[in-house]
Amino acid sequence: MSNWPSIDVLVKQVKSGQVSAKDLVDKAFSFIDKNRHFNVLISELKEQAYARATEIDNKIKNGQDVGRLAGIPFIAKDNFLTFDGYTTAGSNMLRNFKAPYQATSITRLLDEGAILVGKANLDAFAHGASTENSDFMITKNPFNETRVAGGSSGGSAAAVALDMAPFSLGSDTGGSIRTPASFCNVVGIKPSYGLVSRSGVVAMASSLDVIGPLTNNVSDGALILDVMSGPDQLDSTMIEKDKDGYGNFEPLKDLKGVKIGVLNDLMNEGLNDKIKIRTQEVIDSLKKLGAEIVDISIPSIDLSLAVYYIVCPAEVSSNLSRYDGIRYGHHDDSAVDLEDYYLKSRSEGFGAEAKRRIMIGTYVLSSGYYDAYYKKAQQVRTKLINEFKQAFSAVDFLVSPVSPDLPFKIGEKTDDPLKMYLSDVMTVAANLTGIPAISLPVGMIDDLPVGFQIMAPFKADRQLLQVSEIVERQFK
Amino acid sequence: MIEQKVRDSYKVTIGIECHVQLNTKTKLFSGSINDSTTNTVNHQTNHIDFGLPGALPFVNREAITLAIRAGYALNTEAQVFSKFDRKHYFYPDLPMGYQITQFEYPILKGGYVEIISDGQIKRIEITRAHLEADAGKSTHPAGANYSLVDLNRAGAPLLEIVSEPQMHTSAEAKEYCFNLYLAMKFAKVSDVNLFYGNMRFDVNVSVSKTDDLGTRTETKNLNSFRAVEKSIDYEVIRQIEILEKGGQIRQETRGWNDAKQVSFTQRIKENADDYRYMPDPDIPPIIITKDELLSNKKTMPVSAQLWRNKLISLGLELETTNLLLLAEADYDSSPLSLIDQAIDETDKAKTYANWIMNIELPLLERSEEAGENLIISSQTRQNVFEAAYSLKITGQINSTKLTELIGELLISKDKISDILQWAKDSGYLQNSNQDELAVIVKSVIQKNPKVVNDILLGETKAVGFLVGQIMKETKGQANPQIVNQLISQEINLLK
Repeated sequence: MSNWPSIDVLVKQVKSGQVSAKDLVDKAFSFIDKNRHFNVLISELKEQAYARATEIDNKIKNGQDVGRLAGIPFIAKDNFLTFDGYTTAGSNMLRNFKAPYQATSITRLLDEGAILVGKANLDAFAHGASTENSDFMITKNPFNETRVAGGSSGGSAAAVALDMAPFSLGSDTGGSIRTPASFCNVVGIKPSYGLVSRSGVVAMASSLDVIGPLTNNVSDGALILDVMSGPDQLDSTMIEKDKDGYGNFEPLKDLKGVKIGVLNDLMNEGLNDKIKIRTQEVIDSLKKLGAEIVDISIPSIDLSLAVYYIVCPAEVSSNLSRYDGIRYGHHDDSAVDLEDYYLKSRSEGFGAEAKRRIMIGTYVLSSGYYDAYYKKAQQVRTKLINEFKQAFSAVDFLVSPVSPDLPFKIGEKTDDPLKMYLSDVMTVAANLTGIPAISLPVGMIDDLPVGFQIMAPFKADRQLLQVSEIVERQFK
Repeated sequence: MIEQKVRDSYKVTIGIECHVQLNTKTKLFSGSINDSTTNTVNHQTNHIDFGLPGALPFVNREAITLAIRAGYALNTEAQVFSKFDRKHYFYPDLPMGYQITQFEYPILKGGYVEIISDGQIKRIEITRAHLEADAGKSTHPAGANYSLVDLNRAGAPLLEIVSEPQMHTSAEAKEYCFNLYLAMKFAKVSDVNLFYGNMRFDVNVSVSKTDDLGTRTETKNLNSFRAVEKSIDYEVIRQIEILEKGGQIRQETRGWNDAKQVSFTQRIKENADDYRYMPDPDIPPIIITKDELLSNKKTMPVSAQLWRNKLISLGLELETTNLLLLAEADYDSSPLSLIDQAIDETDKAKTYANWIMNIELPLLERSEEAGENLIISSQTRQNVFEAAYSLKITGQINSTKLTELIGELLISKDKISDILQWAKDSGYLQNSNQDELAVIVKSVIQKNPKVVNDILLGETKAVGFLVGQIMKETKGQANPQIVNQLISQEINLLK
């Protein structure tokens, strides 16, 4: 159980003066101090956080409005651009980068009174599933220090699990919120594509990236999503939020009349047996609540990982082009000419995984290979979208495990990138199709957390949260 | 030197790509000001133009509207579906490492520009025109071990208009560029200021003795019609000389040195560039509705092409026509609309054209040079020209006085209520009164017996002196025809 009450309770306490924003920042830093050896935060924003807390406490004293998240400490993955501190994206390339503008999602949270207390570790440029690709440090799993926290939002997930804040932010391109949420026993929400502004978040793969919260419970996540979501002029790919928002749904009494599809294609090969059994137990509990359980097959789902590892590197190679050392970021001034400058700055600033993805991406986009790889992958992606649409005409939700594995040992997969890529097999389909998905903690196996994934049709985020909340109640 | 006969044995083929900077308030994908005339370096930039991490482009809808309107000016209609792609290459003035352009689905397809070639109207077809973001500007200070980058221009909206290779002389190419310029200017989609690079031309030239096209070269970034013409003349000769010596043309990009009037190799295209085009995932496709098309179509001003054809139909010279078209584009008061009103009365329309060319435009030019900013409204022009024309055809004024009168009226018409009365009072009208003039003629003849004697001896040229004296006496108002008549009557009496 978390040491933090739910966010709505905290906000009521702060507004009523029962606790101060400063008390909450104190509490956050007491856990940050205690758990520093887990390598969770790249930067701690103590001074700024206390200044904000004082500001909010004064406002409350003066009877001013302090917003829906008054005094709530939070932690952002370090690929969110923030006015406070550095924004490194976990990379040497941006080690000394101070952002001159701020992510829309951060600004929306701050506008509601939330307090940023730190920036969390991640795989450099969010490339990874274990946070081992960070250029700074490896985040350890809060439940077992010899194991990974998942990735790429490993720092964000561990931060919430270690009570450093009641919520954190992550980005999810192929599972980067859900996998670490599952490994760290927290709730991780990957909203519909375009529901939260991507402006000011270091882009990984633009057509796949989404922003979402990691929290102790579904209702906290729903509230944060409600604050962050909705159109932003700075992001042209956005969708309208649900007319009823996300923070105020009625808890369901049961799941009568709800049709839930089990993704059989994901329940077989390569799946840890104990996870398979746990997943089946969760499905049984849904059935007990009255849900109708249906087996669903998505014929192209076994291609989703292949499609993902073409589309994603292609967009990565393009999005990383701007890091040329000319205007900002790592640069090597010992270069003798322009080409040397590019070669040195980029070779030194990027780690092995970024280089690997740049090379794959450049290859699949190059003339003569574009049609065979990138275009073909996009065609399969369209097919996958249609197959999911068809599946959702038969069921309301789809369920599966989050990860084929329990949190693995640090170093276990780092020598074999392909093995690491396979960690994303359950999660990438939601990114390729843009649908919302959630990772819910469903207990422990061998003293390690395990998560359960629920997916909903595009834009059905509200319904997803509602059904997740009742599932969550079964495992508290 | 190449003999003319050899020169003529080659067929020249020219295609032109033109970058037009659209005159939107802000840039194509950011809220930064789009102003090519600013002097403060890196001033009109924000996180998007600067290519910061996490910065996303958003499409300036005003640029889409201007592209739609440019389409009508090019005799085509914008595509209801178009889309942006990324074109990758590394250069310090390209902040994101890719240019956002339209590769697969351009906003405009087809259309044409009419030119006059050998006195005939000829259509130069447009292949396509696409929207793209301009790059920044690099400068390389002489002797320095660094270059400078100014990103003010980065992200400015460009419409790249690609012609079919349908021009065959440098004169046609120049005409094409000029008419494209007029088309854009009349449609008001660009400031078309060539000095500030609002229009830049890339010229593709090849020569061949057969029907197959020869290897082409591209001379890039020409910023005047004259440079287009001269660089083509230069390139045609250069290519023919190489071929005549048995050499081969290398496919390459060339630059034009305007001071020396020569071009030089910039980049050799040995392999096709691989720009790794991909759809830009940050920008949803551009959808243009039928209503949007219709409302723009309805509000298009009269095109340069239509005006030009009207003026040509009056029998005006091409040069006069072009100057009038420029005037029409330059002045809000629409000088041509008055000509248009009189289009069925050829003499009147031509007279008006003549007055605009020879009286009004020099007047405006002088006023501008003096910093006076004279404005002639369309109403003033109409009142003045109509009154002047009726004086002219009724022979009440001589041509010198007429020019003076029109000039005077265009400047101060607003203070004059009755033009005819004013012209009379100010002495502009001719004195055709026989009796009055006869008195003056007689007196002048009496005062100049030596001149009269010369005339009687057969020196008829001396009559002019007498006329001059009479004009002096009458302050130039005497009707010269009547004066001449009266003089010869008087002289005859003396014979």
